[in-house]
Amino acid sequence: MIVELGHFALILALALAIVQMIIPLIGAHKGWASWMASADPTASAQFFLTAFSFAALTYAFVVSDFSLQLVVQNSHTDKPMLYKVTGVWGNHEGSLLLWVLILTLFGAMASWFGGNLPPSLKARVLAVQAAVTVAFLIFILVTSNPFTRLAVPPFNGEDLNPLLQDPGLAFHPPFLYLGYVGLSMSFSFAVAALIEGRVDAAWGRWVRPWTLAAWLFLTIGIALGSWWAYYELGWGGFWFWDPVENASFMPWLIAAALLHSAIVVEKREALKAWTILLAILAFGFSLIGAFIVRSGVLTSVHAFANDPERGVYLLAITGIFMGGALVLFSLRAGAMEAKGVFSTISRESALVANNILLAVSAFVIFVGTMWPLIAELIFDRKLSVGPPFFNLAFSPFMVLLAAILPIGAMLSWKRGRFTKQMKPLWGIFALSLAACAFLWAIQTGLSALGPVGLALSIWLVASALLDLWSRTGRGVLSHRLGRLRRLPRADWGKAVGHIGFGLTIFGVSMLMAYEYEDIRVAQIGESYTVGDYQIILADVQDVEGPNYLATVAEIDVAQGNYQIRLRPEKRVYPVAGMPTTEAGIDNGITRDVYVVIGDPQANGGWAVRTYIKPYANWIWLGAIIMSLGGVLSLSDRRFRVGAGAARAPAAKSGVPAE
Amino acid sequence: MIRVIALTLALLVAMPSFAVEPDEILDDPVLEERARDLSGELRCLVCRNESIDESNAELARDLRLLVRERLLAGDTDDEVIAFLVERYGEYVLLRPSTSGSSILLWLAGPLMLLIAVGVGIGYIRGRKLATDPVEALSAEDQARLKALLKDE
Repeated sequence: MIVELGHFALILALALAIVQMIIPLIGAHKGWASWMASADPTASAQFFLTAFSFAALTYAFVVSDFSLQLVVQNSHTDKPMLYKVTGVWGNHEGSLLLWVLILTLFGAMASWFGGNLPPSLKARVLAVQAAVTVAFLIFILVTSNPFTRLAVPPFNGEDLNPLLQDPGLAFHPPFLYLGYVGLSMSFSFAVAALIEGRVDAAWGRWVRPWTLAAWLFLTIGIALGSWWAYYELGWGGFWFWDPVENASFMPWLIAAALLHSAIVVEKREALKAWTILLAILAFGFSLIGAFIVRSGVLTSVHAFANDPERGVYLLAITGIFMGGALVLFSLRAGAMEAKGVFSTISRESALVANNILLAVSAFVIFVGTMWPLIAELIFDRKLSVGPPFFNLAFSPFMVLLAAILPIGAMLSWKRGRFTKQMKPLWGIFALSLAACAFLWAIQTGLSALGPVGLALSIWLVASALLDLWSRTGRGVLSHRLGRLRRLPRADWGKAVGHIGFGLTIFGVSMLMAYEYEDIRVAQIGESYTVGDYQIILADVQDVEGPNYLATVAEIDVAQGNYQIRLRPEKRVYPVAGMPTTEAGIDNGITRDVYVVIGDPQANGGWAVRTYIKPYANWIWLGAIIMSLGGVLSLSDRRFRVGAGAARAPAAKSGVPAE
Repeated sequence: MIRVIALTLALLVAMPSFAVEPDEILDDPVLEERARDLSGELRCLVCRNESIDESNAELARDLRLLVRERLLAGDTDDEVIAFLVERYGEYVLLRPSTSGSSILLWLAGPLMLLIAVGVGIGYIRGRKLATDPVEALSAEDQARLKALLKDE
């Protein structure tokens, strides 16, 4: 019964979304306040109905209701409760419901916290958001209904894919979807502004917090996925340039560009049309990502059950929204004149360079990801585009970006003075070069990766700290520290975000340049050396878990007085018929020791893999710090103070717009 | 009973194995290093999107052994790659060649960057030359200013 109610709630949400897509739009066009205001209750109701529907599906998973097809396919009574709940979104139908839930949540939040928006803009934003919701609700109800019942319920379920039974991956999709779907808000704002025909500084200020929120969730989601791959896939890779990873990375890059260009709109009223275009493209890449993941046109390790019918539908959604928005853009973009004037050497120009690098790097990934398809359809060549291509074609953009970032961050708006504003940076520049040369001299190989990575990260981190410090003016240390604390949160967000970027570059380049690997057959009790570490395979045992069988090894790792016992496992999940590896990892600040147990060998002993992974954790630490920068910036006072209140006298009492 | 079934099932399912197995490793560390580098460039043909260096598949193992065999026979890296492409087609290459239409893939990024930089410079020059509406007063404002100054 609860399940049927959940299904019914979803249909009601669709009906409301259709109303919300039409009525407020007409209201905004005709200037009818009551029609515009109708979007508020429908947005809230849509969210509560979808939330109820989602709760009903979760309930079915929790009580293992095997009359539901989806529960049978993705759950099992023996599965731990955590994974019964996360199993709700560990499949196509359930994850799509989560997608819609977040879509309606953002719509409702725009309604709750959008009190300071002009009523017509708010009505149009909510109408566009509702249009996106309508498309996805029809998609769910027609092609991917999670509430399909079975006539003859089986005795037990088929279990969730064991790779998904992991805390890192359990929370990877919700964060990713908060990011993907959060970009729908930027899209709605862009399309609403195009319909409205007006983009000004206030618009830049309204759209930024939503983009910032989407971007920081996307950062966390991508980092969680990468971290999971690192400890779960058995050899410590953290990024594979797989189509599905690229599908999440492209919107991230575009959203990062959008964040920066929206600042130019807000502060200087320039780059307006470009910012609108980025907002449209960012969500466009989210939709393309959904298409790539769910249609199976590109082979990927992540793909959900592939279904051409769904693919066609998603392609249609992408086509309609992108096509419609881009046509609207081409009609209206000309009207968006830039106002701000700036010279070649200025913060504005630096942000243009930032946008060029981020957007072109996203384009490179897009072409690389789609190329196998293009080559087969147009040139009749069956080929692959893999990590060697992406590393070569993408990395230069990040190197350039990191190289110009500190200079751009120091330049003043409008008219910068290069020689004067570069002066404090020369010391850091020299330091970075010296560190680069030093590392080059002491390393054994000739790879430039390590030295360049080190130089860039010092350059980024030190200059971000200097930027903060230079904002405290002159005077006594205690005064400057006081001023440091009182700096706007947005300034802190900028510095912290850039520091995070530097740390990630450091982690990636150190890990890729100086990883050490050892593969061998180890006898139990035998001791051997890997790098500076003494490794002993102490014991191997068979252990039974709640829904799996495991081979657990005990491996002692020692260096001087330091000693630790690691327990790598390999598991088999009999119901799903799938093996997984659980690496034994000793996490450290300067290195991870990463051990994996393999097969027993014919003539005794076990295959053991040992890796020394220098500074691996800095990759995700950097990502967390980047998103922390986003949170700091989001908490800035100016986002809470009604930005456009003066322009919209009819605005309701100020609810924080976060 | 369930336990017995589970154990039987577990035995039937292939246990996870490594990508590179200890018995595959060549004695010569220089050759082995070259083999590993080459493996990272070659696609496991039956896998979703993995190089033969990462993959656990049987075919990936065969290809790894084949690469090592060719290296031991004295092939250069390019010869090994050419040998594999001849056998399995260019699908095996994770780094696509620059021949024929594939040159478009390689040039897409640099060309787009050139275009973007061109447009960007054009835009910035436009902004530099534009008159600042905040600084320049409209004729109306000029008149008002004059009137105000007259009042003084």
